[in-house]
Formats: sequence, structure tokens, C-alpha cells
Amino acid sequence: MNKARRNPFNLAAAHGILIVYTIIALFPVFVILINSFKERRSIFREPLALPHSESFSTVGYETVFNQGDFFLYFQNSLIVTVASLFFVLLFGAMAAFALAEYKFKGNTLMGLYLALGIMIPIRIGTVAILEMMVSTGLVNTLWALILVYTAQGLPLAVFILSEFMRQVSDDLKNAGRIDGLSEYTIFFRLVLPLVRPAMATVAVFNMIPIWNDLWFPLILAPAEETKTLTLGSQVFIGQFVTDWNAVLSALSMAILPVMVLYVIFSRQLIRGITSGAVK
Amino acid sequence: MSRTKLTAGLLATTMLVGTAASAQDVTLTIESWRNDDLTLWQDVIIPAFEAEHPGISVQFTPSAPAEYNAVLNSKLDAGSAGDLITCRPFDASLALYEAGHLTDLSDLDAMANFSDVAQSAWQTDDGSATFCMPMASVIHGFIYNADAFAELGLEEPTTVDEFFAVLDAIEEDGNYIPMAMGTADQWEAATMGYNNIGPNYWRGEEGRLALIAGEQSLTDPEWVGPLEQLARWGDYLGRGYEAQTYPDSQNLFTLGRAAIYPAGSWEITGFNAQADFAMGAFAPPVPNAGDECYISDHTDIAIGLNAASSNADAARTFLNWVGSAEFAEIYANALPGFFPLSNAEVTLEDPLAQEMISWRAECNSSIRSTYQILSRGTPNLENETWNASAQVIRGAEAPADAAARLQEGLASWYEPQQ
Amino acid sequence: MRQSRIKWHIIVFLAPAVLVYTAIMIVPLFNTLRLSLFTEVDQERVYVGLENFRTLFGDPRWSESFWNALGNNFWFFFIHMLVQNPIGILLAALLSNPRLRFSALYRTAIFVPTILSFVIVGFAWKLILSPIWGIAPEMLDAVGLGFLYQPWLGLEETSLTTLALISVWQFVGIPMMLIYAALLSIPDEILEAGECDGITGMSAFWKIKLPLILPSIGIISILTFVGNFNAFDLIYAAQGALAGPNFATDILGTFMYRTFFGFQLQLGDPHMGSAIASAMFVIILIGVCFYLFAIQSRMRRYQF
Repeated sequence: MNKARRNPFNLAAAHGILIVYTIIALFPVFVILINSFKERRSIFREPLALPHSESFSTVGYETVFNQGDFFLYFQNSLIVTVASLFFVLLFGAMAAFALAEYKFKGNTLMGLYLALGIMIPIRIGTVAILEMMVSTGLVNTLWALILVYTAQGLPLAVFILSEFMRQVSDDLKNAGRIDGLSEYTIFFRLVLPLVRPAMATVAVFNMIPIWNDLWFPLILAPAEETKTLTLGSQVFIGQFVTDWNAVLSALSMAILPVMVLYVIFSRQLIRGITSGAVK
Repeated sequence: MSRTKLTAGLLATTMLVGTAASAQDVTLTIESWRNDDLTLWQDVIIPAFEAEHPGISVQFTPSAPAEYNAVLNSKLDAGSAGDLITCRPFDASLALYEAGHLTDLSDLDAMANFSDVAQSAWQTDDGSATFCMPMASVIHGFIYNADAFAELGLEEPTTVDEFFAVLDAIEEDGNYIPMAMGTADQWEAATMGYNNIGPNYWRGEEGRLALIAGEQSLTDPEWVGPLEQLARWGDYLGRGYEAQTYPDSQNLFTLGRAAIYPAGSWEITGFNAQADFAMGAFAPPVPNAGDECYISDHTDIAIGLNAASSNADAARTFLNWVGSAEFAEIYANALPGFFPLSNAEVTLEDPLAQEMISWRAECNSSIRSTYQILSRGTPNLENETWNASAQVIRGAEAPADAAARLQEGLASWYEPQQ
Repeated sequence: MRQSRIKWHIIVFLAPAVLVYTAIMIVPLFNTLRLSLFTEVDQERVYVGLENFRTLFGDPRWSESFWNALGNNFWFFFIHMLVQNPIGILLAALLSNPRLRFSALYRTAIFVPTILSFVIVGFAWKLILSPIWGIAPEMLDAVGLGFLYQPWLGLEETSLTTLALISVWQFVGIPMMLIYAALLSIPDEILEAGECDGITGMSAFWKIKLPLILPSIGIISILTFVGNFNAFDLIYAAQGALAGPNFATDILGTFMYRTFFGFQLQLGDPHMGSAIASAMFVIILIGVCFYLFAIQSRMRRYQF
């Protein structure tokens, strides 16, 4: 251990920079949160003021809970997000392992093929996807969304995970092979725990567009029973009149579950690295 | 796979049995962009219909307004759209009809309640088929803060000169922003600016039809006139209006900070709920005292039948009801500012709505100039007009240059203008 | 490993991803891109070869929009590379210091914007930057810089840069996360060995850590490139589909969306829309191939 890494001045500077950036990151969020507790006039009269006795109002939250079943929407969003992430991570890691580990004909081409999906906005394939869901009877089921998001998440997952898997030590895997472990055991037991941080990153990466997506819920599963939170909040954004109280409240609440997921994944990220079992 | 088939088979059998037992329990789904009206449909309109027609239930399922066209088209192409389709005026719906997604409704009895003009937005070019039941139109004009006018001793202007005199007086007083409008969203400038004041210059239908026929061009004085007036507006808008959005404008006015709001009648409901001062409305001022006045009374919303609907009979029943005097009365009063298009006599309870609809008697009605036929090609005249109106107000382009650009764009694909 | 028979495990590893991905992404996408070779005449789909591309690049009305959007897109990307990624690396480097307290707290806080939906990001920043409701103007006034205030989102010169910076604000958490993960996975032994040689502090970062995280920086750059050239939502939420003022914020995503799905009175044109999407696809493909073949394969990889 050396002096520089312990230098209190450096540490103070680090805190300084991080605090400044944290303020920049959180200020707009703070603006949203305080305004979600104010009545409409005060939002625009004094957008920076904290809610006080005159301006305090939970009308937005009340509207949200009166219009539609927001607990159900929460649940739907959660199921779709978690299930999609599960499949993205599982299938993505398997494919990434195949690409990173084995030298076979067309390896690079396969890698490129699996990356094509991030180069074309998936929205333009909407009609074909919807036709497929209609013919398989999956319209207005959560499965339609889970399938689309899984497909949508795979290219990025494979791309990132294969890069990380190439960095996993060959010695470790070869040692496993000498011990007679099957390729599957090597993957699940030796490699997966090592790329946990990357898996957590991919999970975080993917969960946000899934959670916030409006387009596919609108098209594939607009029914009341399958509405997601983002779609549910959309009723407050009208053609001419937008109920900002309700929008701010609904979307403020929508931040929480993603935050929780993020904290879980980022824990995973740390644990994967510090567990030390494989180093 | 086989399980899906089995379920489908079972479902079909149940439905068959259901229809055989009694012709009832049909559920109609309405596709719409009107999120704003969700509670109104749920609490007022649908109960009124269902009370008269037991056995038919109706669901109003609006989607995000900005995505409506794209979402609807995708659903229609894939066959998952609802039974009833809320129709945008002119080409968007015409394209759906031509693609076989909408049904010809000319034979519905209630269609007789609508004049040719009312039907024109939802007809084929030759007028042979009408494919949506007209619901409402919107009227342009200016809504003002009557308290502010009284405080400053101002009166409703009737000519352009008076209008600018009023704006000058408000500006001089300094307590209010003279006019609430921004150019950030662009459509405000075109819809509430250009198409609001324009008909007085191009003499409503006369000019609009002459433009379509190729007898007038956008560089004629009748068509540059409104742009020239818009170029003067910039001075009377609030600080930083370049970044002012449409909701900003609404809030500026309803919070009492701006005195005049270039409006569409659809604002009435929202303004009534949000403004705590008295409001009045005046029609777009005419260029010279004594000129005949013209207003934009724009056919805006209608409802049609999805050709793929399996509940066509029930849907026709519903559409006939939408064409009835009863619906007109309910709709117009529940949504003041969306004016009925039917010939039925309707009494409006809202004073502001009553004021605006009364202009129909004093002035000549017209619809927005860019909507019929002229926005069929690329570049799209309506979208270009958004851009040009915003540019002119910001002073980034001279009115004559903007007009020349619009004309050149139109002439590039529209034969009668070549 | 070296047997010549079919290696079933490779197929098993690849199959689920390839199947789901091919069925739900590749088939619909390429079916749509195919439309760029067709056009519609009287409700009939007619094969026209490369005619749509000739229109896109030959007709000045189309090509001007295209080059404008492409140029704007490069600027958008440039700002991200210049601002987002260095900030992301800096934050990750600071956070990865094992002695830093509250590191988890900072990390979570800085990541919050990334979680927000575009609707709320658009609303919050428009409210803050608005000339009317006074947050930005008053804050500048308070520090005596009120004269600097401009309605940035409404001016042609500044709106694109402003939006790019908002996007940077929103997404800086992503490079931060990736680099952070990469920095954490550098074994302590390597750093300690460096310390024995007297390489510490800043120079440890430049000489040891940076070369080790280069592959991750490569990934971030290419992801930023792909993300930016597909970007759409933020501009759409903040400026609308016409990407005002005067198309100053129009990027390929908004241009494609407007053409493909239509906008207001402009009807959707899947044929021209797919032509633009194909052009975007080619641009992104070139970038990704450049990365895969020219950068990634030459990058020295360190195995831990």
C-alpha cells in the first residue's frame, strides 16, 4: 500500500467531484419529485419551491389511483421486465460463451449476425411482429412483450458478454476440462460466476428500455389486464390537455421499482468481484 | 399449437352458441386518440348509449395521441384493431378507406343529418362514398382575459389595426404578456397563427378552393398577407418564446400572465377548469374595417367502422346513434368547444362556446387551407407550413421568402400549381 | 475440443438465442427492409429496384433532409464521445477507489437519470430551461450571469447541443457502470506489482488501468455510436417529430420515423422509410465492422 492511494487530499477532491456530479444528476429528479406533491398552479408559479401548506397536494397521486388499477400495472411491468431479463441473460450468456470460447467456422460471422439487431430500430418491424403475435394468439398477453424484449435485448447482451468472457482465464477452464468437467459445467460453474459483474451490467442496461417502453405495450398488449405502468401513465397525456400532476406522480412512483432492481444488480456486481472464490 | 387450435375452436363454438341464443352481449371497442375524453366517454356517452341498447356494450380505448396514426395503422394491418375507428380528417382516413380498412357508411340513415360540407372531410375525392360519421369541428379565434381587458380599458378588436393597437396597449402597460404563443412546438404557429387569421385574407373557401384548382398561388398577396401579420407577432410574445411549448402557452394564459391567447375552441374545457378570471373571445380581426369576416371552422373528428370487425351490425347501430341529435346534444355540451357538425339544433350551455359558435352566423366558415388534397405529396404542405409559420414569427425568414418556399414545394409535386 | 465430429454443445449454447432472435427480430426487420425496393402504385406493391435510394440521394428535397440529419447525428455522437464517455470514465475511476466511502450511494444517485423515462426527462429539462417558469434564468441571475440566459432549446444554433447534453446527462450512468465493472475486475496483484515499481496514483491510472480497460472503452464507444445513430425518443419527446426549430435537431431516427410512420397530415411511407432505415443500417454496420475487424481484433487482451 502506498501513500498516493491514501492521500487525504485526493480523497477529498474525489468526494468534491462526486458530490457536484450527484447534484447535477439529482437536481432535475428533485424538481420532478417536489412538483409531484404540488397543485398545478404552484408547479408553474414557483417550480423550485418546496410544497408548503398552500401548495401541497396529492391530487396527482389520487388521480393515478382512481384511474385504472395501478397495482396491476406495476405487477405487469415487473413480470415483463424480470422475465425478459432472465431470458436475455441466460440465452445471451450461453451464446456469448459459444462465441468467446470455441473456434468454429463462421464464429465472427455469427457474432456479427447476432449484433445486426442493434443496428436497425426494431420499431420498423412492428407490423410483422404484430402479425406473428396475432397468428399465435399471443396478442394481449405478457408473453408477447417478454418475447420481443428478449429478442431485442439479446444482441447487446451477446456483444458485451462475449467481450467479457474472452477475458476469463483459459487456465481455469482447461483445468476444469482436465478434471473431466463437461462444457456445460464449465460454463455454469466456472465461467458464469466470473462474469457476474458483466451480467449485472447487461441486466441494468436492458431493464431501462424495457421498463420505460411505450411502443410495444401500446401495440402488442394494450388490454386493461396486460397494461404496463408506462402505458397506464399515458392516459394522462392528452391531445391538448396534459394532467401534469398525474403524469409526474405516476412516473415518480415508476422510478422506485427500477431503483430497487438497480440496487440488487449493482450489489451483484460488487459481490461477483469481491467474492474472490475464483481468483 | 394444437392447444391453441382447440381453444380457438372452443371459443368459436361458445360465440356461435352465444349468438344463436340471443343477438346480444356484443362488445364494441373504439380506437381513439382522445385520451382527454376518457372519463367523459366512460361516465356520460357510453352509459347513455348502453341504456338505450341493452346487449351492446362499448369500450373506449384511447391510445397515446402522438402515436395514434402509427399504432392504428399497424393494428389494422395486422388485424388486431378495434371495431370502431376514430377518424382524422381527410387523407389519413381516406388512405385507410382505400386500403380496405374502413367501410363505406353512405347508406347509414343518420348520414342524412349531415351537410355535404360536414361530410367532405371523410369522403372519397368524387364524393361517392362517405366512410366516417362526422362528430365535431373546431373553430379558431382569440380567447382573452376579460378582467385584464377591463382593467386596461380595452375592447375586442375587429380590425387588424385595432388588434395591434390592443397589443401595443397591453405591452405598454407591462403587467401582462400581450399574447401567449411559442414557436417551440411549431404547430401552434401554423394552426393557431396562420390558419386562424388566414381565412380573412384568402376569403375562406373561395381562396382555399382556388388554390386547390391552381388558380391562385401561395405567393399571391392573399396568401402572403397572413405571414406578414405573423411576422409582426414576434414582438408581442413572451421572453424566450422560441423555447415556449404549447403547454407553456396554455399555462401562461390560464395563470393570468398573458392577456390574449390565439386559440382553438378545444381549449374551452381546459381553460374553464383552470382560469380564475373571466374570459371572452373575439373572431380573427379583418384586414380592413367593413370587410366580410371568415373563420376557420374545421372538420376535425369523426368515427368509422373497421372493415374487419366481426360486430358490424352492432357497430352500425352505434354509428347511427352517433349521427343522432341526441348524441350531438350530449357531446357538444360535455365537450364545449367541439362543435357538432349535424344539422340538429343544439343548445350550448357554455357562454364561451356559445360565443364562438355564434360566429358561424356572422362570418363565412371555411376549413384549414392545407388539409384537403394539398398535403398529399412530398414535401408535405401542412408540415412545411408549420416550419414556415414558426420561422416567420421568429424573424428567421422573411414572409415573402417563406411563401416562395412553400409555393416551390407545392409546385414540385402538385400539377395544378405547376 | 479437437475432435472433428459435430460439437453439439456449441449448438446447444447458441440455439436458444439464435432462434428467438431470428424469429422475432431478424425476420421482421429484414422483411421490412425489403420494402425499400418496392413502391406503392394504386394499392399495389411494385418492385422498383434501387429507385427509392435514387430518390433519397438524388432528389434534393430528400437528400438535403438526409444529409442534414446525418450531420446532426454526427454532432450528437461527437458530443457524447467528448463529454459523456470521459465523464463516465472519470466517475468510474473515482468510484473504484476502494477507500472511498459512500461509493454505493454516489453510484446509485448518478445512475438515477438513466432510469427515468423520456417523457419525464423531456418534461423536467423543458421546465428547467424554460424562459417562462424561471428556474434556469433565475439561477443564472442569482450568480450574476443572467445575461447568459438564452432559450437554448428554441434556437437553431444551440438546440441540438442542448439536447445532446441532456442525453449525456441521462446516459452517463452507462459508461460509468461498464468502466466501473472493468476497473473492479483488475486484480489487485497487478496494481500492487505496479506499486512495487513505483507506479502509483495518476500514473497508475494512465499506465496500468487505462490499458487494461481499453477493451471496455472500445465497447462503450461502439455502443455510443450505435445508440446515437438509432436515437429517437429524446428528440421526439422534447422537440416533436418535426425536430424543430427548422429541423436543427433532426437526426436519422426522427427523419426515419417521420417518413416511415407518417406525421400529422403526412402519411406514412414504409417504402421510403425502409430506404432510410437501410441507409442507417449500412452506416451503423460500417461502424460496427470497423470496430470488430479493425479495433477489437487488434486490441491486446489481458486475461486475468
